[in-house]
Amino acid sequence: MSVPSAPILQMENISKRFGRVSANAAASIEVGEGEVFALVGENGAGKSVLMSILCGVLRPDAGRILFKGQPLKLGSPLEATRHRIGMVHQHFMLVPNLTVAENYVLGERSPFRPLGRLTEVAACIVELSRRYGLEVRPDAFVRDLSVGERQRVEILRILYQGVELVVLDEPTAVLTPGETDRLLKLLRELARDGKTVIFISHKLDEVMRVADRISVMRDGKVVFTTLTDKTNPRELARQMVGRDVRTDLPARAAAPGRVVLSVENLHCRNDLGLPAVRGASFEVRQGEIVGVAGVSGNGQSELAMALAGLIPTTEGTIKLNGEQISGLSSRAINRRPVAHVPEDCAANGVVLPLPLTENAILQSYDRAPFATLGMLNVRAIESHTQVLVDQFHVRTDGIQAPIQSLSGGNQQKFVVARELARHPDLLLINQLTRGIDIGASELVMRAVLEQRDLNKAILLISTELEELFALCDRILVIYEGRLIGELPPDRGRLEELGLLIAGEVAEAHRSQGGLTQSPNSTTAME
Amino acid sequence: MSDLPIRSSLDPAVRLLSRVGLAALAPIAAVLFALGVSALLLQLNGFHAADVVNVMILGAVSDKRSIAEVLLKATPLILIGVGLCVAFRCSIWNIGAEGQLYAGASAATACGVNFGALPAWLHIVLILVAGSVAGAAWGALAGLLRVYFRASEVVTTIMLNYIAIIFTSYLVTGPLKDPAASYPQSAKLARDLWLPRFLPPTRLHVGILIALAAAVAAYVFLFRSSAGYAVRVVGLNPSAAAYAGISVARNVLLAIAISGGLAGLAGAIEIAGVNYRLYQDISPGYGFEGIAVALLANNNPLAAVASGVLFAVLRSGSELMQISAQVPQVLVFVIQGLCILSVAAFGALRLRGPRPAG
Amino acid sequence: MQTASMLDFLSTTVGADWRLATPLIFAATGEAICERAGVLNIGVEGIMLIGAFSGFATSHATGDLALGFGAGMAAGFLTALVFAVFAVTIKANQIVAGVAINLLGLGLTSFLFRTYFISTGRGVDIARPLNIPFLSDIPYLGPALFQQNLLVYATIPVVIAAWGVLFRTSYGLTIRAVGEHPKAVDVTGKSVALYRYSAVLIGGVLGGLGGAFLTLAHANQFVENITSGRGFIALSIVVFARWSPIGVFFVSLLFGLFYALQLQLQADPNVRVPYQALQALPYLTTIVALMLVRNRWDAPSMLGIPYWKA
Repeated sequence: MSVPSAPILQMENISKRFGRVSANAAASIEVGEGEVFALVGENGAGKSVLMSILCGVLRPDAGRILFKGQPLKLGSPLEATRHRIGMVHQHFMLVPNLTVAENYVLGERSPFRPLGRLTEVAACIVELSRRYGLEVRPDAFVRDLSVGERQRVEILRILYQGVELVVLDEPTAVLTPGETDRLLKLLRELARDGKTVIFISHKLDEVMRVADRISVMRDGKVVFTTLTDKTNPRELARQMVGRDVRTDLPARAAAPGRVVLSVENLHCRNDLGLPAVRGASFEVRQGEIVGVAGVSGNGQSELAMALAGLIPTTEGTIKLNGEQISGLSSRAINRRPVAHVPEDCAANGVVLPLPLTENAILQSYDRAPFATLGMLNVRAIESHTQVLVDQFHVRTDGIQAPIQSLSGGNQQKFVVARELARHPDLLLINQLTRGIDIGASELVMRAVLEQRDLNKAILLISTELEELFALCDRILVIYEGRLIGELPPDRGRLEELGLLIAGEVAEAHRSQGGLTQSPNSTTAME
Repeated sequence: MSDLPIRSSLDPAVRLLSRVGLAALAPIAAVLFALGVSALLLQLNGFHAADVVNVMILGAVSDKRSIAEVLLKATPLILIGVGLCVAFRCSIWNIGAEGQLYAGASAATACGVNFGALPAWLHIVLILVAGSVAGAAWGALAGLLRVYFRASEVVTTIMLNYIAIIFTSYLVTGPLKDPAASYPQSAKLARDLWLPRFLPPTRLHVGILIALAAAVAAYVFLFRSSAGYAVRVVGLNPSAAAYAGISVARNVLLAIAISGGLAGLAGAIEIAGVNYRLYQDISPGYGFEGIAVALLANNNPLAAVASGVLFAVLRSGSELMQISAQVPQVLVFVIQGLCILSVAAFGALRLRGPRPAG
Repeated sequence: MQTASMLDFLSTTVGADWRLATPLIFAATGEAICERAGVLNIGVEGIMLIGAFSGFATSHATGDLALGFGAGMAAGFLTALVFAVFAVTIKANQIVAGVAINLLGLGLTSFLFRTYFISTGRGVDIARPLNIPFLSDIPYLGPALFQQNLLVYATIPVVIAAWGVLFRTSYGLTIRAVGEHPKAVDVTGKSVALYRYSAVLIGGVLGGLGGAFLTLAHANQFVENITSGRGFIALSIVVFARWSPIGVFFVSLLFGLFYALQLQLQADPNVRVPYQALQALPYLTTIVALMLVRNRWDAPSMLGIPYWKA
């Protein structure tokens, strides 16, 4: 850990809690002027929260920020901009039906001025654009721009506002490889120009290419800081994932049966129309739990949705028990023995204002035993709901309570219980223990293992390594829409897993002497 | 360990009563607010504020005949209100109940003045069915426009209102016109086609029983049937509906067809039970008042019965106020509007109540 | 058919068209601005009615037409203020609030009319045509375009001003942003609520003006429910015109044509079409228009959706 001569930014012992979750726990970083600084870590490590605090979007519970030696208390993003700190978010603050120049002018004072300013602003944009090699057309409407172009517009905007400290949150998540190259070059340009750049990433290759200094965060703390040329991906990966993974769950040697789910060369797009899953192929058999590890945003959501019939596939096949199900509607898939714990249970897996009883039947409201001749069997529904509640000790004010009165963790427990109780052949789970505390997590995980022992096929998509290690028989890693590796849940190979999650395929192969299997034999380009 | 329901010790009847009582607080407050403002309006314009209570409310329920009149007016209000409960629960803003009523009334009349050879009871059933089907179709039209053309049902149902009213006008000045009358109206329905009355000497007919049955049926549909459950899920969370394999388009069409069908039935009942013939302006705005009925009832069909009766009292009472105190009866629209505003405000404020900690 | 009477017919129709379209132009322009900011006000009908009555009552009492128009605009402003409180601050459902405003408008205006005016029967002096010198004497074109009253002429500057404000001022820019992506505006420190209020109030003023036109320049007195759905037609004009003031002008002329034709053809005994068909034309056209504009990509994305500051 080296200290630059005069750090332009010091964040000291920043703490931030959301309810019972500690997002930042006395995290500290130092950034030197004019350097490119990378903040690295998995999902939930606390990187975004820390940067949101820096940029005035959130306020810390404890700790202090020193910018250019002066203490900083930011109440809003506007104040941050005034202090010349700017953030490029993952979700752009651009108004689609206005032009680029109009978007820049939006923030300016004196609302009644006629827009003669626009030509001035446009000229300024052209100038800045040339200086940084950032191609931005001031008269283009934002809605006509690609995602990469929009990002350039956002970056140029904070430069236009004259910031000295630029923060980017996972900037390459939405870019093509070519655009990524250009962005990384730009970051170095900015540093050369005297700006300080902080960027958040989980992709070690990019970080190694571009950053001067790197801090690794884990569980809300900064656990490791180093200069780039003094470290290597393996060390970083180890720091990213290193933890005590509990092993007191019964592990049975898996003896998988026949193939239940077979996915071949699956391609599908996200809601921006960009390819999100690029040729995934894998199988899940009876009696096995297959995990899919990876930082969110690498195509897992789309994979789960495609399997559940919620989004269309552009190529490839999905077979359930030998039957082609790709292209079937979600209603048709519901009728088949598939259960699905969705990623965002509160938004998609439950209907918040309805009581627990009515949420218990969400998938099976028109079938026995919950309905006869089109009428709901209240008693059957109530007793079933009670069973679900009892199974995971869901804390609630009765089974008639609206599900929105439950905490997020209890809602999640309820949904998991509901899906498990459908006794499907295939269980799709996207984030099993999100929001659930340690004690209850164990209960839930045991229940999933029980299903496996009953010869069910389970696909567990998760960003939590703990879950994956505790439950899975084998772990696939997804990165930028492709399945780039597969590992057994061997704690000795944690570092290798970390490398794969960070996209470091070559390093991962090297680290175990090539024992890593790749489920994809194709190395097709995008 | 799972928590036992805290209230398990209380008598279920008491629990039900307290739940109903709490639920009624907001609508009662809304009505009181509306009446209060109306009383003020009367006072400011040279009338007696007290008339609001004395004449309008008390007068409307003073004797058997006036109560019968209230129930007569409550019939279409309950039917339309119940239908709108279904539509609103599916988040469909059906502002077209007025037009659907006219569609039903027209179809009912067309059916009533033809097919003379049928036995009376069958003919009556046919009249009511024709009205319901016409109303359902008129509503489904707006539903199709929404599903296939993404056209906002708010605007389309309003346009269809005018078209239905104009078409009715065409019918009574043209094809259905009673040649004997100088005034544009249809022929009168045969005496044996009139809905039977059951409370002589009042005009109260079995329509009110049909309305009550419809309210119960709608309640059972919405809260006890699978199809109704699907409708509610679509209205509350379309993406959860997709997750559950529930078709948004089909349920939208179903909900608006039910709503239109009940409004059409109301139109048919107005023809077969009250007016016995079709003419222009057959509805004094029941379709819009129905919106207030449903909103005040928090979109609960059973509560819509009480709400419908309440608004019928106000309507009946406003007629009495005009007769005895020369207060223009259109004041009732002001009351309706104020009720809707208060209920809307309460609804919004309730949504922002404290959420339990995550 | 003789050319002279054909041209005569055309000339009268064009003149009537512009005149009948005027209340629509005002109301729809106001609503376009309101919706651009993301607020859907279906209470335009009620606002127009209140404007019509206020204009009439004031003119009746004072004998002053200008004061009447002013009163119409002020009444529209106040009604829109009530709506804005419910839609923007309380964040109640905008459609429900709009229905309420319509009921209130109908009830209040009819109530007050019956209480104070029904016995008088006396109308007001309506706005007189303002003949533009020289131009108004052109045969056929003169009566069509240049013999209108002041307010009809005013539709042109109003529409141009609305367009100018929306697309050439910083205020208009913000209004357009607020209807698409209010969060982006919020982040710059500006008040989304304030901008929405202003847009709703502008809509109210113009709606009130449109209503006042009906009693002070179209008919010469107030009749209950004189608007007869023009407010709702304004709603569909806004969609058909893709929320552009210039578009509103021309689409309104199209709808004005229907009203004009109704008048012309009703008087003509040769016409066999039942007059109801003509009556229904504006409403049918609206539905067809909505079917044609089916994608509605031009609608402000946040139309009808309240904005909660995070």
